[in-house]
Amino acid sequence: MRKIWYKTAINEAMHEEMARDERVFLIGEDVDLFGGVFKISRGLVERFGARRVRGTPISESAFVGLAAGAAMTGLRPIVEMMYIDFALVAMDQLINQAASTSYMSGGRVRLPLVVRGQYGTGTSEAAQHSRNFESWFINTPGYKVVMPSTAYDAKGLLKSAIRDENPVLYLENRVLYTHKEEVPEGEWLVPLGSAEVKRAGADITVVATGYAVHKALSAAEQLAGRVDVEVLDPRTLDPLDLPAVLSSVRKTANLLVVQEAPVQCSFASEVVRLVVQEAFRDLEHPPLALGAADVPVPFSPALERAVIPQVEDIVAAVQRVLEKGA
Amino acid sequence: MESIDLHIKRELLEYLVLIRRFEERVKVLYHQGAIMGAIHLYIGQEAVAVGVCRSLRDEDTVFSTHRGHGHAIAKSGEVERIMAELMGRDEGLSRGHGGSMHLFEPPKGLMGGNGIVGGGIPLSLGGAFTAQYQGSDRISVGFFSDGAVNQGTFAECLNLAALWKLPVLLVCENNQYAATTPVERSTAVRDVVGRARAFGVRAEKVDGNDVEAVFQAATAAVAALRQSQGPRLLECETYRVEPHCGIIPDERTPGERELWNPRDPVSLFVGRLVGEGAISASDLEALERRVRERLDRAVEFGARSPWPDPQVDPHRTWVLQ
Ligand SMILES: Cc1ncc(C[n+]2csc(CCOP(=O)(O)OP(=O)(O)O)c2C)c(N)n1
Repeated sequence: MRKIWYKTAINEAMHEEMARDERVFLIGEDVDLFGGVFKISRGLVERFGARRVRGTPISESAFVGLAAGAAMTGLRPIVEMMYIDFALVAMDQLINQAASTSYMSGGRVRLPLVVRGQYGTGTSEAAQHSRNFESWFINTPGYKVVMPSTAYDAKGLLKSAIRDENPVLYLENRVLYTHKEEVPEGEWLVPLGSAEVKRAGADITVVATGYAVHKALSAAEQLAGRVDVEVLDPRTLDPLDLPAVLSSVRKTANLLVVQEAPVQCSFASEVVRLVVQEAFRDLEHPPLALGAADVPVPFSPALERAVIPQVEDIVAAVQRVLEKGA
Repeated sequence: MESIDLHIKRELLEYLVLIRRFEERVKVLYHQGAIMGAIHLYIGQEAVAVGVCRSLRDEDTVFSTHRGHGHAIAKSGEVERIMAELMGRDEGLSRGHGGSMHLFEPPKGLMGGNGIVGGGIPLSLGGAFTAQYQGSDRISVGFFSDGAVNQGTFAECLNLAALWKLPVLLVCENNQYAATTPVERSTAVRDVVGRARAFGVRAEKVDGNDVEAVFQAATAAVAALRQSQGPRLLECETYRVEPHCGIIPDERTPGERELWNPRDPVSLFVGRLVGEGAISASDLEALERRVRERLDRAVEFGARSPWPDPQVDPHRTWVLQ
């Protein structure tokens, strides 16, 4: 089977959906001239023209709001945020406008909008270029939140997101952009709201998101023979595939949730809450949520590495859940 | 400038009176508790909504503001369902989900008001973008007021609209106040037209209390927009007669309101039409009766409409999959 990069998968999804549906267009900073600063939109302007691939001025509020208004009036925009951190500049348009309008209209207006952008840590870019944003949008009624960890999922989920009738935040991990994986040719969709077990195991469920999925898989390798770890990737964080999480936890009787974002009021703490609420009696040990330290992400690799959960932290956390409980 | 046909003048008058009497009714219902929430009355500014919206087609989109009853009535004519929405009822324009600041009637191009000052301006560019993208000669209108010109969205959108030659008509209703703050205390350079021109947007100032002047300026701007000549801005000078909203009282300099009285948009236009012999006293009486009966029906419709059912509601969160 052919191998492609995660970022190529995203690019293919946009090519295919733009070819499939004339209403789909891409808008964002630098997306036209050279295919975007991360080259995610490579080839789109050459193929679909400047009408459908719109490079913008650095006016996040204006172009996010324009996209929301275009969605309200019949188009299906994909907004690229150069860095997801910059979404903060457009928060009113993203939340008060895009996320709320369809509901406030009593469903009389639809707002099919994909806001995609890269996020993450591990590249020494300091706090304003290293934010993890998923929990903010999970806490916002009106958004679906998608966070693929593999090239296959990245492509199938983006295609589903573009066809969805609601605002979707689609989060691309910067470090994973150049991960190369086997990905088939042809068309497939990964439905929003469906989790996948990335590694089956019997002793503990590790729910992990984004790049933490790969770290959790490495931790599982290291623990193999001693602890049989199941790694579950929710892929869509909101709506969460809770039945998949619960059935895994009911099988393993233990839970660790790992993310690269801080833990307070986050996706990880939410999964722990749901599992405690729904499957308390199935748990052997208290579950644990592992995430970043509660500081703005630091610059120096020495510091950055220390505040983000690494493979060895996941190994230790698994042992902590199983041996002593949290 | 071409003179306006008599039947259009009559239509403009009908809408002016309808909106004025609607707002007077709303004020009473609000104080009786039948209408709740933040209610921003449009009294004194009717000529802007009527002059602009009656120059549009149904398919042209309007993005309104927190002070949007006038825009909603002038664009959609859905007086009964607007009243029901203000009362929080299921048959309201937004099925009781939006209220006074969020009135939607997409088939008539009414794309909602906005609770965020300046928040609707980018959306109005989106309506224009869609029209341009589809190669249609539809246009889009973004209403906002003097308070919104100091938001970043205003500057960003002037640039983007001019850059992409979007068919958007930006309408600034300069009603002299933002909540309790007079314009001179919020705005260093008060010349909104000059600001727009500095960004490359053709702009013009009109007497926002003269419905004919607004209608003529809007009609000319809309014609240019349909020919893809790039965005336009109209600054309509007007006056907010009522306090900012139901819950925020304000005090004006003694005599200030009285100065504006002779400029009242309804009496100004009535006086002119009577003077021209275009309408008679009995026409006027008949008009007032028609409006009164319609509003009676609207209030009855609203009061009889069921409340939205909270049992059904959660299914609307992920809209219409
Ligand atoms: C971003 C934002 N800031 C503050 C408010 C509170 N607020 C609502 S209306 C208003 C005054 C707006 O003045 P203007 O834009 O001139 O409109 P007008 O009320 O005069 O029609 C204020 C401060 C708000 N709704 N949104």
